[in-house]
Amino acid sequence: MSTDAFATVHNGQALAAEECPCLPWERFRQSLLDQIAEGGRLSALFGRERDHGRLRLTAVMAHASQGALAVAACEVGDAYPALTADCPQAHWFEREIAEQWGVRPHGHPWLKPIRFQPPRRPSAPGKGESVRAPRPVCGQTDFFRMEGPEVHEVAVGPVHAGVIEPGHFRFQCHGETVHHLEISLGYQHRGIERALLTAAPQRVIHYMETAAGDTTVGHAMAHCRAVEALTHTRVPLRAQVIRGMALELERIANHVGDLGALAGDVGFLPTMSYCGRIRGDVLNMTAVLCGNRFGRGLIRPGGVAFDLDASAVEQLRQRLAAAERDVRVAVDLLWETPSVMARFDQTGVLTREVAETLGLVGVPARACGLEQDVRQDLPYGIYRFAQIPVSTCDSGDVFARAYVRWLEVQRSLAFLGEQLETLPDGPVQPADRSAILRPEPHQMVAALVEGWRGEICHVAQTGADGQLVCYKIVDPSFHNWFGLAYALRGEAVSDFPLCNKSFNLSYCGHDL
Amino acid sequence: MAWPDGPAPELPARFAGRPALDASRCDAACDDCRQSCPVGALQRSGADNRLQLDLGRCIFCRTCEERCPTQAIRFTRQYRTAALRREDLLIGDDAEPALAAAGEEVRRLFGRSLKLRQVSAGGCNACEADTNVLGTVGWDLGRFGIQFVASPRHADGLLITGPVPENMRLALERTYQAVPSPKVVIAVGACAIGGGPYVDHAEVCNGAAGVVPVDLFVPGCPPHPLTILDALLGYLGRIE
Repeated sequence: MSTDAFATVHNGQALAAEECPCLPWERFRQSLLDQIAEGGRLSALFGRERDHGRLRLTAVMAHASQGALAVAACEVGDAYPALTADCPQAHWFEREIAEQWGVRPHGHPWLKPIRFQPPRRPSAPGKGESVRAPRPVCGQTDFFRMEGPEVHEVAVGPVHAGVIEPGHFRFQCHGETVHHLEISLGYQHRGIERALLTAAPQRVIHYMETAAGDTTVGHAMAHCRAVEALTHTRVPLRAQVIRGMALELERIANHVGDLGALAGDVGFLPTMSYCGRIRGDVLNMTAVLCGNRFGRGLIRPGGVAFDLDASAVEQLRQRLAAAERDVRVAVDLLWETPSVMARFDQTGVLTREVAETLGLVGVPARACGLEQDVRQDLPYGIYRFAQIPVSTCDSGDVFARAYVRWLEVQRSLAFLGEQLETLPDGPVQPADRSAILRPEPHQMVAALVEGWRGEICHVAQTGADGQLVCYKIVDPSFHNWFGLAYALRGEAVSDFPLCNKSFNLSYCGHDL
Repeated sequence: MAWPDGPAPELPARFAGRPALDASRCDAACDDCRQSCPVGALQRSGADNRLQLDLGRCIFCRTCEERCPTQAIRFTRQYRTAALRREDLLIGDDAEPALAAAGEEVRRLFGRSLKLRQVSAGGCNACEADTNVLGTVGWDLGRFGIQFVASPRHADGLLITGPVPENMRLALERTYQAVPSPKVVIAVGACAIGGGPYVDHAEVCNGAAGVVPVDLFVPGCPPHPLTILDALLGYLGRIE
């Protein structure tokens, strides 16, 4: 097996830090490439500063076929031969590592900043401690340029036309046709990963809930699963169910909102108007759980902070039925309207091969026919007992990304209906909550959750006193932004808003 | 939606609105709430060591309410939270919030038509989403003459969300400069008011007021759409 050199663990299973093998570079590299050739996918690749200016790189590989993760590390100095040329999935990760730690991946074909963040260590190795890199200016980089008398460049953002987050998009166009799109982010960088290592413990969950606020439940859940693994905490079944319900409500609300926004982007007002309202109805169902429309305050290490009483269950049941009826009418209008389908069909096409090569996750991957979903591949929590079928489509275009959302809405609605009927009795927090404050020393864990955008991966590592020495957050958008850039090649620049919405990636989840 | 002429939309049973302090119940020797607050929103001050809650910092997580052994802090169902001045967000007793109405000139200029440019500056997309929802058919912001516009040059002011990362400082300054005067600035959410969970991070400016002058503060994490709409209408003198 190609994973032999790596340690195999389950999703959310802690292992002693020393059991994560530290391989020589060539072995690390070869094993990683072999695993990808056999269908593995790079979930996370990140650096952590070691003594003597060395940097430890850790890779987390997801193996859907084995239902397991494989982890390993290797140590590098101030430079190492880049993986990206042989492994495009590492492209964004290696840029992040270079930016955060001042390590140079030699031969990286596209080495530019991704967040314009200050370096995580004050001096590059080999230089004196007093050498401080100047603060980078966000958005100032050497953008790729096409030359020619009729070539023109379109620059959009960071401040956009709608009520959305900031990012910069640079298009190289010939006439209407986009030949190249470069996406430059970092405007949302708030320093979450850095702060996590020294944060007051009571603030940590709030970083998670606001890492990407539209994915409050997803990120809080990944974090809590990591903490629970590090503290050997068992989450009661009833809490697992409520977590699953919150995660699916988050998925439904966002997918419905996206379907409405896609309709809006092609000027189809009926679905836009209905979905705008229905999305709010679904957010209000999350508020039935915990009082907050985004699920703030619900997911806590050990379980959930709010239980459901009989009247809340009944209320949810009624609201679910109403939402199901309304959303079907609203969304079916899309597929029945030729002017909508004409815009969705064959716009922003990605092939299955490209999606696989780039390591895309979530809706954009499934819209290319990749049957890939953490809930099925690496099941956790309630998904070990209640399976949700994976929804795919194979055309890889805006239509496919819209249709996968619609399939997922229906399946999540069905899941919620079932769970409300069979909600188990019992507590929603473990009897003894004191252990949750004492993570075991020298442990490491990778916890993955299928958020509404796709795979969320949190990796935590503890030091001698059980304190965090490393915390890595990989939002699904981190894998997918380059996919959007790729999907724009050869498209009309006027179709960018539609393509962008069909991915609907997170800026803050990427920038952290 | 009948509101503001008819009843307000139903708020969830577990809704956390404006917190209220009851000084008579507070044990001056107890420090549980202050110690447990994730964002330092609670302070003690004065000779009698009185508890104060900074609504601008508060992220409405209810930890203090949970920890308080004497029920001196409770989160009410009051959705109105906005204030004109930062210092007016300090809650010291159980007083009801005053309506944060703008001066006569602002109401005369913008009371019947207010065009806003929204700037997300480090916002997590929750404040953005619950601002955006005001434009849907349910809330129908347009019926009040309030609208979000694409260009700052078409705008009467900015509505800012997020703690304002250093990486967004320049873009926010330039967007502010591009809005013609007279103009208003509205900070929505704990992050935009004081940095929220990111307060004192080297990477952020601790909210909008660190970069541009702010005329209206709307607390919440995120504020409920009703809170935001109430703040806008109250500011413009459209509701009593």
